[in-house]
Amino acid sequence: MELYKQTAHELHEQLVNKKISSVELTNALYERINEVDDKINAYLTLDQENALAQAAKVDSKIAAGEVIAPLAGIPGAIKDNISTKGLRTTCASKILENFIPIYDAHVIANLRKDETIFLGKTNMDEFAMGSTTESSHFQVTHNAWDLSRVPGGSSGGSAAAIAAGEAIWSLGSDTGGSIRQPASFNGCVGIKPTYGRVSRYGCVAFASSLDQIGPLTRDVTDAATVLNTICGVDKMDSTSLNVEVPDFTKALRQDVKGLRIGIPKEYYGKGLDPKVDAVLRKAMADYEAMGAELVDVSLPHTEYGVITYYIIAPAEASANLARFDGVRYGYRNRQATSAPEMTTLSRSEGFGPEVQRRIMLGTYVLSSGYYDAYYLKAMQVRTLIRRDFEAVFKQCDVLLTPTSPVVAYPIDGKMDPLSIYLLDVCTIPVNLAGLPGISVPAGFVDGMPVGMQLIGNILDEETVLRAAYTFEQTHEYHKVFAPVGGAK
Amino acid sequence: MKVTAKDVRHIANLSRLSIADSEMDKFTEQFNQILNYADILQELDTKGIEPSPYVLPISNVLREDVAVVGVSHEEALKNAPEVHNGGFKVPRVIE
Repeated sequence: MELYKQTAHELHEQLVNKKISSVELTNALYERINEVDDKINAYLTLDQENALAQAAKVDSKIAAGEVIAPLAGIPGAIKDNISTKGLRTTCASKILENFIPIYDAHVIANLRKDETIFLGKTNMDEFAMGSTTESSHFQVTHNAWDLSRVPGGSSGGSAAAIAAGEAIWSLGSDTGGSIRQPASFNGCVGIKPTYGRVSRYGCVAFASSLDQIGPLTRDVTDAATVLNTICGVDKMDSTSLNVEVPDFTKALRQDVKGLRIGIPKEYYGKGLDPKVDAVLRKAMADYEAMGAELVDVSLPHTEYGVITYYIIAPAEASANLARFDGVRYGYRNRQATSAPEMTTLSRSEGFGPEVQRRIMLGTYVLSSGYYDAYYLKAMQVRTLIRRDFEAVFKQCDVLLTPTSPVVAYPIDGKMDPLSIYLLDVCTIPVNLAGLPGISVPAGFVDGMPVGMQLIGNILDEETVLRAAYTFEQTHEYHKVFAPVGGAK
Repeated sequence: MKVTAKDVRHIANLSRLSIADSEMDKFTEQFNQILNYADILQELDTKGIEPSPYVLPISNVLREDVAVVGVSHEEALKNAPEVHNGGFKVPRVIE
């Protein structure tokens, strides 16, 4: 099988056994990128020279008989809102078009320690605000399963790169579903860890109480492997949790006997594509046949999740994005004659419409006279949503839901913002409650991949991974490779 | 209508953004669409419910009060749009 189609754990074996070299593997990935990326547009920046130098280093270590980390010499891709020292990081925004970070994100530093390979930076919705990767200032990314459809978002480039064989693993960030939804749309695995599991240091802030970095991969084993490297407390992020990080690969057991899987009825209501529903019903039956117990549960405040999120996230974003003032870094309007005018014009010309819409919405809900009605109210409803989950995890161990109520839709810009927001209904509550959630391939509808979301209790990634792994090993949907063809 | 074009202009000013006149109607309409949808939150009685600004049970994470090496002057200026005498240069602030 072509190297670019394989998983990190398969490639690690071959590296260690000297069947392949990291340079050979890295070159194979760049060849693949050259071959297909003009159709997919997954990457914004490539870093071939440094990647190959790093690969050569790993090869010499292997030649010297040294032990290498599981991700050493394995090429991956990084979402372009994660800071990489010396390598352009744009957040897919004009305002950061020429921004070269002076430090590495915590996750990048950890991955460097493990001597992994960074192929380049991937396209995304501008500042991670969106669900289609269409709001990127630079380019529209296409779905490898059908080039006329969106890859999802906001980590659309990171997911499309996996589906199209342009990276072995990738990093995304997830504020309201931005890892899980594109994973679902592209037939790959994506996990959002518990809030605080992974340091956010160096991940350009969107909504600080919701953002979390996580991996996108071809299978659950690789997701666990990347988690092992990126999780852990960091003194540079006071919200990173000082808790023990287990070896997540130890959770990968094919065993769901007695596992109580909650089926929250609110996730199977209006708006769910009946064909997606059928795929998930089949998955439930399969789990039951493997010895799991299905439990009907209710999360009564689910329908309030989307609007709660679209108040809280813009409010936090309006504060976080205030730093883009044209003074210290980023785009600057050169015609302005005063400093305040310079800031206003730089922001108006540097931010795209979706980002401006959210900054303004956030400013409004935080403004005097509206704070209580919108922002305070939303924070209270967030408490109710958290309580729903607390109650439900007394009745079950893990929840099984759709990742998205629909499969990837056409790139045509026909939907209004609110209609797109409403499609985030299954992923958003997980961020609001800070829980771990994974999307794994569960089948196909009309040739497009369907993702199944498994949601775990706080810090219980292990149960989520075990349930996901058990399903994956008995189905092998993850082994079907995207066609990467057809009309663009 | 919850907000008018005049309100949107005010919010834009608070946000240090300027909305083109040609975009104003669309922006105002989209704004209202979202705010109208937010009305469903009023169905919920949240009297006495603690707000959740964060989900973690941690606060005031402190470290030892020791000096560490920070960003160098040179690095801090690396991405600056305009530099003058080792500082960030901006247009006139006061007349």
